Amino acid sequence: MNRRTFVIIGAGQAGGWAAKSLRDNGFDGRIVLIGNETEAPYERPPLSKGILTGATTSADLTLFSPGQLVELGVEFFPNCVVDAVFPDIRVIQTDQGQRIPYDKLLISTGGRALVPSFPGSDSRDVFSLRHLNDAKCIKQRLGSSPGHVVVVGAGWIGLEIAATARSLGHEVTLVEMTGRVCARSVMPEVSDQLAELHRSQGVKLLLNAEVTGIRCVGSGGSCVTLASGDTLMARTIVLGAGLIANDELARDAGLVCDRGVLVNDRCQTSDPDIFGAGDVAVIRFADLSLQCRLESWQNAQDQGIAAAQAMLDQPVSYQPTPLVWSDQYDCRIQIAGHAQLASKTVVRNTQDPISKIFFGLNSQNQIVAVVAFNGGRDFRAARKLVEKSAQVDPSVLANVSQSLSDVTREPAHATAGKSTLD
Amino acid sequence: MMSTNGQWKPIALVSDISSDTGTLRVVVGDEAVCLYNLDGKICATQDKCPHGNASLADGYLENGTIECPLHQGVFDIETGKPLCPPVTIPIKVYDIKVEDESILICVVPDES
Repeated sequence: MNRRTFVIIGAGQAGGWAAKSLRDNGFDGRIVLIGNETEAPYERPPLSKGILTGATTSADLTLFSPGQLVELGVEFFPNCVVDAVFPDIRVIQTDQGQRIPYDKLLISTGGRALVPSFPGSDSRDVFSLRHLNDAKCIKQRLGSSPGHVVVVGAGWIGLEIAATARSLGHEVTLVEMTGRVCARSVMPEVSDQLAELHRSQGVKLLLNAEVTGIRCVGSGGSCVTLASGDTLMARTIVLGAGLIANDELARDAGLVCDRGVLVNDRCQTSDPDIFGAGDVAVIRFADLSLQCRLESWQNAQDQGIAAAQAMLDQPVSYQPTPLVWSDQYDCRIQIAGHAQLASKTVVRNTQDPISKIFFGLNSQNQIVAVVAFNGGRDFRAARKLVEKSAQVDPSVLANVSQSLSDVTREPAHATAGKSTLD
Repeated sequence: MMSTNGQWKPIALVSDISSDTGTLRVVVGDEAVCLYNLDGKICATQDKCPHGNASLADGYLENGTIECPLHQGVFDIETGKPLCPPVTIPIKVYDIKVEDESILICVVPDES
């Protein structure tokens, strides 16, 4: 009997975990892992934090080293780009003309930084961040050129870069097109808290502000023009404008895509022999009438593992509670759930002034999301409430003398027709 | 694991370990150690999760395991064995003994 071949396109965190999990789950066939970067699978979170400050070395990022991949019997092809997938004959083709037949295929090609279309968005002083090499370039620039840093886009990457640049002593301006920071991923009250955190650290935050052009000036520095007509002089500009899924291969192969390759709860694309995982995958949450990419460390790992199990025909139902974390200044921010489903927010202030937990509730007072600032051990209890969509009385939830593990219990005097507090 | 040339050094009292969390972080020399009270049995591991920048003392103790508060990696406290992703390497386990409610840790002198 021929050995089966499973091919993984994309050797980031999702692809790396998938390769390992195939072996962990007993697959004894051929595993081909193809990556377009030089490095073996590594974790990206420190790229916007410790790598820029020097607190983390590139060796610390390693998820699976080339040696570990050899031990796992994974054929790893770094610096290799896949040109095409031919689903009808189950073959992939690399840019070197090599054709590799597969029995099952995983697309874990991730995404790339969105570069806006304004003039000068790719000019000399403009950086974006996705790969280790990008982080090294930004580190080198921040270390060698003191001066004003303009960060374009106040999503998580933008906020983390702003925090890191501040901690290195740079003057920082954060320019955000919408009216609040992290608008897609947190409730409005959380955006306010994040904005306050950055302002208190000396970041100049410009909301509802759009960059319309960047022009290099002389031998160093650029002039950033805003839609308002205002201009900012910057030594360094970093783009944090979002992510574009690398779904071109999937689209060209005829797979159903919608800003990423669409997968079901078995991580399967519209071709049952082709799977998707990580930043490139759009997950359909049937129960929530929702489909979205989960651009997170947690999802890259967990969906990579789930995809491997599904490729081995094991029972899989991957409908995760999204989990995200971020470190900014002295603040650890942890998020669980889908904040876009929240229609109101309940704030739970703990005794500790630096610690605060925000709950997102839907119209039925079910907890759909939680965002904790230095939540410590309480975050775990809060995450459990999100996982079971716990229905709560908002006033009880806000009451810190009530333990989080008890908030779903009905008070002794509760009556059947109790009203809810909005 | 038991060292022959180590010295026993008192680092905490059993009552110092939080009855709420079952954990206590102590710094011994330049190493952060997490002490656990497993229903009366005292154990010690390294405190820093090998995967990331998190203190296991802030984690969640359940059935002899500790769950890292940051990424939910789980370790067996007595053996240090990693039990689920993302953690893949064991944590250091220290020799501990309890004398008159005082917890002593076995410190091996630095050979350099």
